[in-house]
Amino acid sequence: MEKLAENKIIEDLLPQKFGKQGQIWVISLLAVCALGFYAYCRQLYYGLEVTALRDYASWGIYISNFVFFVAISLVGSLITAVLRLTDVHWSTPLTRIAEIIAVSAISFAGLIIIVDMGRPDRFYNLFTHGRLQSPIIWDVIVITTYLFISLLLLYFPLLPDLKIMIGYKERNGKYLQKLYEFLGSFWKNKPEQFKITDKAINILSVTIIPVAFAIHTVTSWLFATTYRPGWDSTNFGAYFISGAFLVGAGGVLIAMYVFRTHYKLEKYITDDHFNKMGKIVVLLALVYLYFNINEFLVPAFKMKKAEEEHLMGLFTGEFSPIFWFAISASMLVPILILVTKKGRTPKWAFFAGILVVVGSWFKRFLIVTPTLLHPFLPMHDVPKNYMHYFPTWEEWAIAGGSLAGALLVITFFARIFPIIPIHETIIETESHEKA
Amino acid sequence: MNTKENSRREFLATTLLAGAALAGCGGNPFTPDEVTDVKPSGEMVKLLSVDGEIIEVDKAFLKPVPEMPPVPNSEARVGIPGKKFAMVIDLSRCKSVKKCQSACNHMHHIHPGQNWIKVYPMQESEKTAPYWQPTTCMHCDEPPCVKVCPVDATFKRKDGIVLIDSDRCVGCRFCMAACPYSSRVFNWEEPQIEKEIADKPYSCETSVPQKKGTVGKCDFCPDMVRQGGLPHCVSACPNGVFFFGDILEDSVTNGSETFRFSELIKDKSGYRLMEDLGTKPSVYYLPPVNRNFPFENSEEKEKA
Repeated sequence: MEKLAENKIIEDLLPQKFGKQGQIWVISLLAVCALGFYAYCRQLYYGLEVTALRDYASWGIYISNFVFFVAISLVGSLITAVLRLTDVHWSTPLTRIAEIIAVSAISFAGLIIIVDMGRPDRFYNLFTHGRLQSPIIWDVIVITTYLFISLLLLYFPLLPDLKIMIGYKERNGKYLQKLYEFLGSFWKNKPEQFKITDKAINILSVTIIPVAFAIHTVTSWLFATTYRPGWDSTNFGAYFISGAFLVGAGGVLIAMYVFRTHYKLEKYITDDHFNKMGKIVVLLALVYLYFNINEFLVPAFKMKKAEEEHLMGLFTGEFSPIFWFAISASMLVPILILVTKKGRTPKWAFFAGILVVVGSWFKRFLIVTPTLLHPFLPMHDVPKNYMHYFPTWEEWAIAGGSLAGALLVITFFARIFPIIPIHETIIETESHEKA
Repeated sequence: MNTKENSRREFLATTLLAGAALAGCGGNPFTPDEVTDVKPSGEMVKLLSVDGEIIEVDKAFLKPVPEMPPVPNSEARVGIPGKKFAMVIDLSRCKSVKKCQSACNHMHHIHPGQNWIKVYPMQESEKTAPYWQPTTCMHCDEPPCVKVCPVDATFKRKDGIVLIDSDRCVGCRFCMAACPYSSRVFNWEEPQIEKEIADKPYSCETSVPQKKGTVGKCDFCPDMVRQGGLPHCVSACPNGVFFFGDILEDSVTNGSETFRFSELIKDKSGYRLMEDLGTKPSVYYLPPVNRNFPFENSEEKEKA
């Protein structure tokens, strides 16, 4: 009986070839990436002139996209590390989803920051002339560290699954078989091997939490270490981290739904998973709302002259439509949906997840650009188009291309590796049945 | 090619530094090959050497100092020893003629539309008097831009000047976000400069030529200062708004008037911009009292 169940689990969870839907999905993502690549070639040739960035709004959607990527990547540490260390078992099927989101997002965070550079050809200067007092160097260090820890947290739990997959030689085909053997042929399911990886995963789970906090705190310091109204805040680190956990959890809701319906994984990603993740999102949204209230209400109470222009621009001015959209979409509406039992059913939770992620993307834009358009000295002695910012098609294409690229990485990962850990699922079911 | 030119430049720099002490007279610029062609005239002149010794030189060997080649960038990072430069901007004299701006733009080949010097129409509040406020880079003693630069492309020198090495700048624009005075501009596209100038090696002291994808800003014209001259904005201003000088010598000049820096600041209640931020600027302002000109905002008239 048990044996049968195990076979069934393996059968259900082995990676599957792209169906027609999958092919269309991949091709459209590739098309978006190609357009982004073309736009970036234009940017390399003509310079940042092709963007709408100018001396005042000198950071735009590239940087907000960077913050977004760093934010969403924090979910890896939340699901794999925080829940693991607190001995929560229901989240096991979600760990790999969270971890691949983390790896893919943090890689594209690194790429998009190079896209924003005026001289990407001098990237090596960061290593040959790097100065430790610059928060950018801190970011380079912690993001690289986070990427490697995340990769290891993705890889170690994959080893027993690789062993299983190597057994399906015919199904795999020549190239995938080679890849699996290259990655995992040394794994023999020996107890000592499990002991070592378990220990390693525990150590990594502990280390990834401070590193995850560091990546987003340092990212917030790129802004908070300056004097500008809207950035000059002691609240910024915590504000960024709470927002990051929220958008990451929203991303997991979306991914759960897509994988579940597409690969027919209803038995593994159950309604209860949506119920529980939904509750987590409510909690995270409330925490983020709390930090937002701190971030906006306290300066608004005082209305210092320099802050006033910035705040009024958000509340009732130029940026108010985006501001209220972002606040409602990323926090208020998802809370209202997910507090209800019906709201935590897969479809509604998926919808709430989309709201969270889209709202959060615009929220990052609001953190970056409006502040730059409200400098201490009034904007003056510059061409008229320097005083506003609306991204050009090249910027949209490049930002869109990076998002599509991140999705492609996740898609291909799910094509090559089991998106739900097979071995761990078997163990969990066994222990469940014993209990 | 490049190294050859550099070594020639260094040779010129070292030999000519001594030559700089010699008084100017007619003739061709100094080149090593020509020296042999000159015949002594027999008429000797006494000169003070750089070591402080009196020496005699035949008049025929005296040559005018040609345009000083810029110092190598390694030296430009250190600054001029024993100096601490400062600027005083007298707001009571400014009527926004903007000659400072055009001279600066011209000499630094700044991209059309962009300005390193901006002249702001300021009015603190509805009932207070409007005035013109020219701004340069503040050359802060606690420069926020230098703190955040990841590659040491922008740096603070011993003489107080903050400069940019455009050959090193990676174009991250963190310095622009950090500067509260909005004094930094970015070369969003290939700078529109004549080829002859664009091909020159970049000098931190002249900030020329500006390079695509890097940050530029007011540099206090250390190349002029090194030759004993004044920054271009100072000499271009018809109203003597800008005073430049050395705090250690305690003197500032606009070219025609010279003041004791400390007395000028004391007597006219000099102040610095955004003192509360703790950036400690090197640019001081004299308040717009007893003004030479009424405030007329022609820009606003044009708009209306």
